[in-house]
Amino acid sequence: MRRRLAAFAVLAALAGGPALAVQPSERLPDPAQEARARALSTELRCMVCQNQSIDDSDAQLAKDLRVLVRERISAGDSDAEVLDYLVDRYGEFVLLKPRFKSETLVLWLTAPAILILGGGVAFLAYRRRAARAAATPEPGLSAEETRALDRILAGDAPAER
Amino acid sequence: MTAEIGHFALVLALALALVQSVVPIIGARRRDAALMAVAPAAALAQCALIGLSFAALTQAYVVSDFSIVNVVENSHSLKPMLYKVTGVWGNHEGSMLLWVLILAIFGAAVAAFGRNLPASLKANVLAVQGWVTVAFLAFILATSNPFLRLDPAPYEGRDLNPVLQDIGLAIHPPLLYLGYVGFSISFAFAIAALIEGRIDAAWARWVRPWTLAAWCFLTAGIAMGSYWAYYELGWGGWWFWDPVENASFMPWLAGTALLHSAVVMEKRNALKIWTVLLAILTFSLSLLGTFLVRSGVLTSVHAFATDPARGVFILVILCLFIGGGLTLFALRASTLTQGGVFAPISREGALVLNNIILTAACASVLVGTLYPLVLEGLTGEKISVGEPFFNLTFGPLMVPLLMAVPFGPYLAWKRGDLLAATQRLWFAFAAAIVTVAVVAYATSGGPILAILGVGLAAWLIVGAVSELVSRARFREVGFMVGLRRLAGLPRSTYGTTVAHAGLGMTLLGIVAVTSFQSETITVMKPGDTAAIGRYQITFDGTDRSRGPNYDQLVVHMTARQDGVVVAKLDPSKRFYTVRQMPTTEASIVTHGFSQLYLTLGDETGDGGIVVRMWDKPLVTLIWLGALVMMLGGGLSLSDRRLRVGAPKPARASAAPVAAE
Repeated sequence: MRRRLAAFAVLAALAGGPALAVQPSERLPDPAQEARARALSTELRCMVCQNQSIDDSDAQLAKDLRVLVRERISAGDSDAEVLDYLVDRYGEFVLLKPRFKSETLVLWLTAPAILILGGGVAFLAYRRRAARAAATPEPGLSAEETRALDRILAGDAPAER
Repeated sequence: MTAEIGHFALVLALALALVQSVVPIIGARRRDAALMAVAPAAALAQCALIGLSFAALTQAYVVSDFSIVNVVENSHSLKPMLYKVTGVWGNHEGSMLLWVLILAIFGAAVAAFGRNLPASLKANVLAVQGWVTVAFLAFILATSNPFLRLDPAPYEGRDLNPVLQDIGLAIHPPLLYLGYVGFSISFAFAIAALIEGRIDAAWARWVRPWTLAAWCFLTAGIAMGSYWAYYELGWGGWWFWDPVENASFMPWLAGTALLHSAVVMEKRNALKIWTVLLAILTFSLSLLGTFLVRSGVLTSVHAFATDPARGVFILVILCLFIGGGLTLFALRASTLTQGGVFAPISREGALVLNNIILTAACASVLVGTLYPLVLEGLTGEKISVGEPFFNLTFGPLMVPLLMAVPFGPYLAWKRGDLLAATQRLWFAFAAAIVTVAVVAYATSGGPILAILGVGLAAWLIVGAVSELVSRARFREVGFMVGLRRLAGLPRSTYGTTVAHAGLGMTLLGIVAVTSFQSETITVMKPGDTAAIGRYQITFDGTDRSRGPNYDQLVVHMTARQDGVVVAKLDPSKRFYTVRQMPTTEASIVTHGFSQLYLTLGDETGDGGIVVRMWDKPLVTLIWLGALVMMLGGGLSLSDRRLRVGAPKPARASAAPVAAE
């Protein structure tokens, strides 16, 4: 779906078209470090692309960033330090998962809030209705209904379905 | 001349839509049968006019009429015929025309098949449909007219975006629009109910098939789009949490919730107010999706500046319908009576849980999609919200929902017995445990979350099927009688089972491909062999050739498994000469439910070429599962109960209660 219809506008503008990221020459020799680099890459945005991580994109900028991430990892940075390093240079925009802070409170808390709110409303509605139902007991069966029920229980009612 | 006919037909359709949106409502108010009868006639005529207009544009594309701007910008005389036709909606103007065409077809369907609807409800529903049609026809005529002429006409067009020159364009947008626009019917029913201030179980019975149909189309449309992106864009992904995808996913989530709450309303006459609200919200999200995709606001906030008229126009439509719908809801909802009482542990309770979680999930997608836009608009600060965010917010919501799915059908209406349901699900639970154990052993204790995910998928699939088996009561009544019982179950029961099992299949595919796929990127030259997953790939050679509107480089490769040739692959790179755009054509081989996926990168200059390879286990289940879900919806739709239409409310109480 991705580019889909927006592709009309988007893809034309996308440098290079379909992506083919992480060139063989970029990879780090140490598999553990390379794995860390790949994991970090999926959390970093290629800033000239449409919502694509640098792991996915083959734009030149994404390539530069991938190399940069690997340089920092080789230099001994921790994952958090690499992210800080990139945020210092490129701003929060580079993170595909925004940090939890005052400007992103609404972003992070909407779904849990809806969950709690929905549960609360459902619970209150249940309580109110149960109370109302208890206050007004359901009317018993009418004489006719009782006779019909007796007939059914006696077994001469039409079969189920 | 045809272009002018098409243009004129659109203007006439707008005039008719205006009549349709006013006269029937007055008729319904005054109980005037003649005025109400205007609605179906106007809806049918409007459908014919918009159809004529669409045919005129199609004709212009087929004969490559380069005196029309739209054709010049999106077509080329050398383009294959299929893409000339699909190119009609492969651009902004044409796709909006397709949108209103489908809207008109749905309106005509209500007019034609809604014979057993009460006259005033039908008049009101069609009038509300008319409002939507007016808004979008006015939008097309004012800002996105596909019939504008160009003088002097050029000799050749600028061709369609190469990525769109694919069979996917023939299938995906129409299906998606059938889904989006189909929800307009649920919306129209909801608004009509609010206008009339009356709603009953029969109402739900009329709304459900329309919602179900729209949901089926949307499911198929999203799945098709996902598969299209998967094979066409060439980086092996199938879902990216891209805003454009989210735009279609939000109505799907809300529509799924609506589908389930409409069941409660139909069967138990409860959740009325919520169902009406959900119907309004679902279509609002469809409109929002249309706005996000069509206004260009997502491409960049500055796309507004290039053509602000369009974005502002759709924004106004959006505000009118969402704001108007919700205002009407706020004013009139209290006139709808409250429904029946039910215990928290009951079928209704399970469906309420489904609705709460789906709503929260939909909200997480909504804020994730819109938050960056809003924040930038308010503070100028730019942030990105991508896959890692959704994995963290959407993912955890899905786990409890999926765990709860098999319980739902086992719980009785009104008051259920959780313990009994759990006991009857022992087999599914055992199957899930065994699956977890087997997968853990086979992957030698691989990623724990993935193994649990596979177990969850097994729980869903076996849980769904075991519900059917337990309804047959083989153990009590014997095999043959059990089979007869099975055959006698209503189709909607099968629909539930099939759709829930399809959900499990999709989950299985997602988990398998995210956790267990292998991927290799390497430079290869003729004669080289590389290993990927279970395969060895040999580079046999290359050749260059010329297609109808592109040049291409094809690489021939052979895939072997333990020395035995299992497939020939030929991924290629194309260069579309008119648009000066390169594309990568992946080569995909399907074995069982798994796929081997090869794409080409850049040439290295010394005769080598970068090759990216994936071995994707069970990947096709992602889309097959969606198709199975759609099949489940179709089965439910074919249920006799929905086909014969709703009984008249007066008769409903006397009629035997439908056996569950």
